[in-house]
Amino acid sequence: MEAATNTMQTGKLKIRTLKNNIFKSTVIVFSVVTILPILLIIYELVSKGIKQISFDFILKTPPDTFEAMTALSNGELIPGGIANGIAGTLFMVIMASVIAIPVGVITGIFLYENQGKPLANLTRNVSDILQGVPSIVLGLIAYIWIVKPVTHGFSALAGSVSLSIMMLPMIVRSTEETLKMIPQTIKEAALALGVPYYKVILRVLVPTGFSGLLTGILLSISRILGETAPLMLTALGSSAINFNIAKPTSAVPLLIWEFYNDPNMVDLIWSSSLLLMAMVLSLNIISKRIVARTK
Amino acid sequence: MNTDKITKAVLQFSSLIILLVAGGMIFSLVEGAVPAFKEFGFKFIFSNNWNPTEGKENFGALPFIAGTLITSVTALLISLPLSFSASLFLSEYYRRTRMAKVLGMMVDLLAGIPSIVYGLWGFYVLRPVLIDLGLPNQGFGIFTASIILAIMIIPYATSLSNEIISMVPNELKEGAYSLGATKLEVITHVIVPSARSGIVAGYILSFGRAHGETMAVTMLIGNANIIPNGLFSTGNTMASVIANQFGEAEGLKLSSLIAIGLLLFLITGIINTIGKFIIKKMA
Repeated sequence: MEAATNTMQTGKLKIRTLKNNIFKSTVIVFSVVTILPILLIIYELVSKGIKQISFDFILKTPPDTFEAMTALSNGELIPGGIANGIAGTLFMVIMASVIAIPVGVITGIFLYENQGKPLANLTRNVSDILQGVPSIVLGLIAYIWIVKPVTHGFSALAGSVSLSIMMLPMIVRSTEETLKMIPQTIKEAALALGVPYYKVILRVLVPTGFSGLLTGILLSISRILGETAPLMLTALGSSAINFNIAKPTSAVPLLIWEFYNDPNMVDLIWSSSLLLMAMVLSLNIISKRIVARTK
Repeated sequence: MNTDKITKAVLQFSSLIILLVAGGMIFSLVEGAVPAFKEFGFKFIFSNNWNPTEGKENFGALPFIAGTLITSVTALLISLPLSFSASLFLSEYYRRTRMAKVLGMMVDLLAGIPSIVYGLWGFYVLRPVLIDLGLPNQGFGIFTASIILAIMIIPYATSLSNEIISMVPNELKEGAYSLGATKLEVITHVIVPSARSGIVAGYILSFGRAHGETMAVTMLIGNANIIPNGLFSTGNTMASVIANQFGEAEGLKLSSLIAIGLLLFLITGIINTIGKFIIKKMA
């Protein structure tokens, strides 16, 4: 009798361990499947794109379709590069940062300083909603606000505005979260010494939280670097390097879209994507480094 | 004393900018959408006829609303087992190990890939594979777009549920282990029940994210202005139809596209608010 229950129990235990092991294996297999795409994508970009990367690729503008076709039929690499895209991306990202960073950081400080107050709560919720707005809708907005009434045509300014609305909530959030981690006593010590409020912010809060703020800003820039959809509705693209805020401007993702749609230029998509990925990933890595060092 | 007041005013002013931007967005979208709603009324939302031919113009958003919902739901279902496994890998099975670090880094990398690169990869790598498997329409359609969307939302879903699962108190888990529970039993009887609402909220937020993805979907969904009649049908989402048809849009068509933008804004706003609300209630 006792022996029977014992074998029954060990039988049950066996089934439970078996189930446990099957589940564990499933988790491991699925986890590996999860990271497979990133490896495949990077492999694809490097293997197809690396041969096109050179100084010319960074410093020259793209050839016209006919030149590309001639090169293709001669079995040569497509000449030229994506200098207009790189310049446009940098130009618009810098302009977007100039708009978004001050407003975002100051709003973040406001939220931190007014925890629990109605206006702060409202701002926080609205900023959260802004963060969820699809980027294409931000493109529509910049089209309505800038392209039609201000620049009367597609422009770098419109592109920057759509990108800056995208950056804004991310910076607000990261600023508030960073400041929350600063010990209250540091701020109180400054206030107790009779330091004016703006100096407390500029000399105490911002320097102490500087690396956190910087990380948030870099991450938000890395988010907008690859944005294509809003730029299609605002900056449109241009075949020459342009630094006029009222003129259509190219960007690396916009160029990828153009190459993708032009059978003669399609070879350039991989190298352009590789370059874009390299820009995004290096920003990501730099910001992670900053986090690691401050921890 | 006076500088303090100025400082406070500056802080307050910049938070008003955000409120103004958000308010202005809603105002501009509504204003731009008015002509479309005036012409078609609420039929705009429920009509499945999208016809830009001059003279016979008729714009209805139903095909795109349907396309958006179907692709997002499919993407969510595909990403669910993958991202949940990855978050268990990170927060339970291999917590604080080298392997978890590497996996976490890879998943983070997924979030850094631009949408258009996902589109290229889907077009040149995934689509041929699906054609070989016998997918119709040259591999374009809801299903292909959903797979790419699923990969794109994995990092969000994973990091959100990872965070929630890590918050489950150790005492609860240790209690179950001391009674002889296996890891699987701890997961199903302790971790999932106590983290359930947070995990659900994480997936709701990822679902909202999937709604707004534009480029990759535009490149893979096949761009047909019809209500998709199955998983392998071609279609269009709200975001992809805006990207696709914006170039040549004027007048009523432009207004209709802005109206779709407004609907997209409202739908993602509602989904995100629900997700955030659940998370806030938990904390």
